[in-house]
Amino acid sequence: MNPENSQKNISVTLRVWRQAGPGEPGRFVAYQARDLNPAMSFLEMLDVVNDELTVRGEEPIAFAHDCREGICGTCSLVIDGKPHGPHRGVASCQTYLRSFADGAVITVEPYRLRPFPVIKDLVTDRGAFDQIQQAGGYITVRTGSAPDANAIPVPKDAAELAMDAAQCIGCGACAAACKNASAMLFVAARVSHLGLLPQGQAERDRRVLAMVETADRLGFGSCTNQYECSAACPKLISHDFIARLNRDYLKATFRAGFKAETNSAAGE
Amino acid sequence: MAQLDSRIPPGPLADKWRAHQTGIKLVNPANKRKYEVIVVGAGLAGASAAATLAELGYRVKSFVFHDSPRRAHSIAAQGGINAAKNYQNDGDSVYRLFYDTIKGGDYRSREANTYRLAEVSVNIIDQCVAQGVPFAREYGGLLANRSFGGAQVSRTFYARGQTGQQLLLGAYSALSRQIAAGAVQLFTHSEMLDLVVVGGHAKGIVVRNLETGELTRHAADAVILATGGYGNVFNLSTYARGSNATAIWRAYRRGACFANPCYTQIHPTCIPVTGDYQSKLTLMSESLRNDGRIWVPKRAEDRRKAPGSIPEADRDYYLERMYPAFGNLCPRDIASRAAKRVCDEGRGVGESGLGVYLDFSDAIARLGEKGVRERYGNLFDIYHEITDENAYRVPMRIFPAVHYTMGGLWVDYNLMSNVPGLFVLGEANFSDHGANRLGASALMQGLADGYFVIPYTIGDYLATQKPGARPAPDAAEFREAEANVRGLTERLLGVRGREPVSHFHKRLGHILWNHCGMARNRAGLEQALREIPALREEFWGNVLVPGSGATLNQSLERAGRVADFLELGELMCRDALVREESCGGHFREEHEYPDGEGKRDDAHMAHVAAWEYQGEGRAPLRNVEPLAYEFVKMSVRNYK
Repeated sequence: MNPENSQKNISVTLRVWRQAGPGEPGRFVAYQARDLNPAMSFLEMLDVVNDELTVRGEEPIAFAHDCREGICGTCSLVIDGKPHGPHRGVASCQTYLRSFADGAVITVEPYRLRPFPVIKDLVTDRGAFDQIQQAGGYITVRTGSAPDANAIPVPKDAAELAMDAAQCIGCGACAAACKNASAMLFVAARVSHLGLLPQGQAERDRRVLAMVETADRLGFGSCTNQYECSAACPKLISHDFIARLNRDYLKATFRAGFKAETNSAAGE
Repeated sequence: MAQLDSRIPPGPLADKWRAHQTGIKLVNPANKRKYEVIVVGAGLAGASAAATLAELGYRVKSFVFHDSPRRAHSIAAQGGINAAKNYQNDGDSVYRLFYDTIKGGDYRSREANTYRLAEVSVNIIDQCVAQGVPFAREYGGLLANRSFGGAQVSRTFYARGQTGQQLLLGAYSALSRQIAAGAVQLFTHSEMLDLVVVGGHAKGIVVRNLETGELTRHAADAVILATGGYGNVFNLSTYARGSNATAIWRAYRRGACFANPCYTQIHPTCIPVTGDYQSKLTLMSESLRNDGRIWVPKRAEDRRKAPGSIPEADRDYYLERMYPAFGNLCPRDIASRAAKRVCDEGRGVGESGLGVYLDFSDAIARLGEKGVRERYGNLFDIYHEITDENAYRVPMRIFPAVHYTMGGLWVDYNLMSNVPGLFVLGEANFSDHGANRLGASALMQGLADGYFVIPYTIGDYLATQKPGARPAPDAAEFREAEANVRGLTERLLGVRGREPVSHFHKRLGHILWNHCGMARNRAGLEQALREIPALREEFWGNVLVPGSGATLNQSLERAGRVADFLELGELMCRDALVREESCGGHFREEHEYPDGEGKRDDAHMAHVAAWEYQGEGRAPLRNVEPLAYEFVKMSVRNYK
């Protein structure tokens, strides 16, 4: 009746990227993980492997994780070449062993792109995404200065579409999946979310120019419309938002051409 | 003995906060930039506080152990946030939200704090909408609401099943703006490991950089802890794996009183445990109880049958039977205990027998599968990912799990602890939810504290501190705190025993779940009070923390947190043992009515227990703050 108990346990071989620190050389190391319940999550398997390594006197595998329910965006494994593993629409932490065959050899790597350098093993530094947000991913509103929440109606469709974009968990899988290491889906999600709402209009041009400029400066590449990003996105955020971003960017650039003072978008 | 002055302003309940704000000391705008404020944690409370204080002109340092402030566990809150807007015209009001909250808390919170929470709830929604939080809307473009456990009005605002995420991203964006403006200095991957107290006042912290292991000392004019709850003391909970009590526990060891540690919330609707390897339990939002019906078979022998084959007549919709007025929407503590009771009777479902059905077939018949999908689609998806079961076809199986802690550091009306200069916000403090928190109130409290309370009340303290007079970070007290942290790290690394940290954490979790969980009794608590110190001793003799302190070392991080949990767990049991009554999430089997409901003892127990550290190996002191109910009559909670 209950599938998680009807399947027999499995064993797999993990090929894990081990790297002692930033800039250090790394290599793949093979580990056996035996007798695993298929209802176990991929990260729980790493917990078990790590406890075994610890007891054997070896250093456990460092990997980023926190909420383990697909919402905090901390986990960031590349499993068999795919950010967040084989399934669409889930984060690494929501990947379960029932997705793997008994005896499988599974390769586990960190994200590999210059703007996200490796800190250790499978942990990367994604501070670049925070910097993009700081460049303009907000609506300027001082605490206490807001009008009544129902003062400005927001059409249901706009709110729903904004929410589709706002679901981004900032995990970085989009950029990791992109052959150009482009952060366009990430930027597009924020720009679209705020740009779809009436509250976000005042800073719309400034926001898109500043965020795109910052992503470029931090070394993220350009979009060439392969849509690997939305395929890897654990929240399945659509690449349609990139089209919206491009439109916004073009309009903002055009308008900025006539108004020199809005050109320095990043400043306060 | 600690001085516990709650500093509740005098006057009528509805006027207290406004009168207090008017009377509060102000800091001259030119002086604000001379004050430095440390904020530890960047969840709803921490991020909103850091952003708002920076907007006011204070210099703020924000510390998070995560790699980004957007990761704090507020992000996982699903269901919604309460506010007394009465947009639904269903009779809601500030007073009603206050009353529901204080009743839901089983009359163990402060009237004045709870009233203020209800009062500022309306401002929170305004603020969040202006920030671009995409709350659910009606077709006319106005905000939608839903009802939530423990309430009979629709006052919950929501953004699909990701309300916490959207509110946190709102606060994160406000914080990001202040970081860009240079008003907030952000320290990521930085864990506070000690509080520095100079001349009796909190004046700084010691921080470990989790990437490099470097220890740094930071001085400030005030320190704010917004570091969340301590539910991970149970090992298995709905908390994030990294959630911990270390910041508040180290503050406790420096003299801050810990109030009501035994008040823990067990959430009724989580996915049941499947195995010993399990690292966390996943919550299924309480909002599911709006349309789902909870049941178990009437007869124990039916519990292994396929749910669809059990006829209506043989099902026991026990919440609807026991609590006809609230039914499936009764408060969390009551719903959890009822689930425990039917499972104890042998009627629990699923492999382990520790589960009950949450059935949507009536809702699907009424709303269609599409209608149910619109409301709860993402929750059904989560359930499917974890269990591989389709809840549109077969009922979900759920079981209670640790979800929230109402206890926390003691604070006065200004949210200041008994250590002057140390403020505590959000789940980390004890103040607003009494012995049980209602659904959709945690987000409300976190943002109330951060956006609308601390920005005023911190001035009351800072105005008494000379600008620029904070001690230098190389003062003796700072060096002593750093040496303390360094010693602890070396001690953890030096044990070189045989068992990994997880071994001890799991065992501690079992002890607490069995003896200090949904039901407690004297014998069990006394047993736990023998087992926990023994386990702690074993930990310090046999834990194995590999690697060094000079690099990213996740085992070392967890070891420090579990070491603190091993002390905190003992304090919880101590508190639960002394509290000879049942109230909210604290259910003592010795104190119940014949129908199984918890029995409070208002004559002897209507107080806050604030525990004061007395040093290593010495029993802590139990201070008492009486709870005076001026405006509400304490009565027996009745959801029938």
